[in-house]
Amino acid sequence: MAQLAAVIGTGQTRYKTRRGDVSIAGLLREAAVNALEDAGLGFEDIDAVVIGKAPDMFEGIVMPECYLADALGANGKPMLRVHTAGSVGGSTALVAASHVQSGTFRRVLTVTFEKQSESNAMWALSTPQPFAVHLNAGAGGYFAPIIREYMRRSGAPYDVGIKVAVKDRLHGARNPLAHLQKPDITLQEVEESMMLWDPIRLLEACPSSDGACAMVIAAEDAVDSSPRPPAWIRGGAMRSEPTMYAGREEVNPRAGRDCAADVYAQAGIRDPRRELDCAEIYVPFSWYEPMWLENLGFAEEGQGWRLTMEGATSMDEGGDIPWNPSGGVLSSNPIGASGMIRFAEAARQVRGDAGAHQVEGARLAMGHAYGGGAQFFAMWIVGADKP
Amino acid sequence: MSEDNNAQAREPVTGMDAPIYLQYQFTAGRAPSRFLHALKQGRLTGQRCPGCSQVYIPPRGSCPACGIATDEEVTLSNKATVQSFTIVYIPIPGNPIKPPYIVANLVPDGANISFIHLLSDCVNEEVHIGQRVEAVWKPAQEWDYKMDNILYYRPLEEPDVPVELIGRLPVEGWEGQA
Repeated sequence: MAQLAAVIGTGQTRYKTRRGDVSIAGLLREAAVNALEDAGLGFEDIDAVVIGKAPDMFEGIVMPECYLADALGANGKPMLRVHTAGSVGGSTALVAASHVQSGTFRRVLTVTFEKQSESNAMWALSTPQPFAVHLNAGAGGYFAPIIREYMRRSGAPYDVGIKVAVKDRLHGARNPLAHLQKPDITLQEVEESMMLWDPIRLLEACPSSDGACAMVIAAEDAVDSSPRPPAWIRGGAMRSEPTMYAGREEVNPRAGRDCAADVYAQAGIRDPRRELDCAEIYVPFSWYEPMWLENLGFAEEGQGWRLTMEGATSMDEGGDIPWNPSGGVLSSNPIGASGMIRFAEAARQVRGDAGAHQVEGARLAMGHAYGGGAQFFAMWIVGADKP
Repeated sequence: MSEDNNAQAREPVTGMDAPIYLQYQFTAGRAPSRFLHALKQGRLTGQRCPGCSQVYIPPRGSCPACGIATDEEVTLSNKATVQSFTIVYIPIPGNPIKPPYIVANLVPDGANISFIHLLSDCVNEEVHIGQRVEAVWKPAQEWDYKMDNILYYRPLEEPDVPVELIGRLPVEGWEGQA
């Protein structure tokens, strides 16, 4: 990357099943205004706007950028829309960052959102396709067989996913913005919750949320407007691969491994578990924690579940590498924003701005998103220290 | 305007139904057209990549791994192997299939990639990775350009396929396995 860039403002909405009090434009504007306030800036200070959302039938035309330009103060400025399925929140942040790292813009506003109550992204993604039978299985129906294969090959005990489901909701209870607030959740409650897509139970799956997340990313000479310290972008990477090809490794996708290797190399990280202070990783179904622990090199292949069971990823158990201190996707899932929330929460951690879910002394954190059939990956590393 | 009307006018409109209907004219292209024609005659076909020799179903005209055109047509077996599966319990409005039902990733003998289909006529709790299954077709007069020509797959009395061989059986199935 040519020029240094940093996050100088983050803004989020409260995540809920339904935000009937605001339109989609109002929802985005709320997050954008919060990010600008955090950055100590106004819309007039912004040079370009980059937005993202996950696919659904928004307006019947899937062109939110047309409708939202004025609400985001983009009149007379460049505006770009990014689209990479569930990973879009992460890739949107990286596109915004590259707008600054390229030296083209000094301050970029980036916003992602989903208003699931007004449409339904999951079922919009499950429309009948030519050449295939239509079995109405949804997103869980796609990922459940991959999880089953992980369980088979790793020999992990059946309750690893249950443990993740509890851990992330206890983290979420520390975060006032989190959609699910379940401070009293128990292993038994998760285990007894309805089986949706065997082996995925209701409480092992993410909720459907309304919400938006925004960030202001600034060039090195423009970071001082915010009263809080900047989160320096130490590395950013994206990878993609086809949904289906013969011999594709679906449990441990190559695109994810390559993306992680790239972002670690940029940030000079050799051992992510030891060198990172925390990570916000896209875990929409509980078993994806152990799977991504392996894919991202926090554990050897087949061993990720041991970290989960030992409490290594839990703040409440004093783990050495907390995953998803904010509660993660399992606690809030406005799909288009979910990846950016991971990126913004990583920035909040290294800025010391994470409130009750602050990992003490966090100086280096990772944000991660994946999407499609686990085929799009976006990751960044942010740090308190200027590289 | 009366007081009542004024109060009503201040109430926010927080939701209204605005249904969208989508009709899509799908152009299959040459390779999928051949696949669909064979399907209408009650045959499953795939295409082999000249680069990596892998056989794809449904064929889309090129290999997604190598990025080169596929044109060698291969007739596949009605027998298949369970690569993985889920038991769907989630109630879905308007779903014609009554839960619980099994959605399986199946690799037909002779192909190297799975597709999803219904697994039925089985004990759900006994379904497992590596299990052998076969297609149950609709009556021939109902065949159309659709995978729905196969009603579902059902278990076969054959030895399980070890995990390392799933997706690698020849079109003759176990008999063709050296």
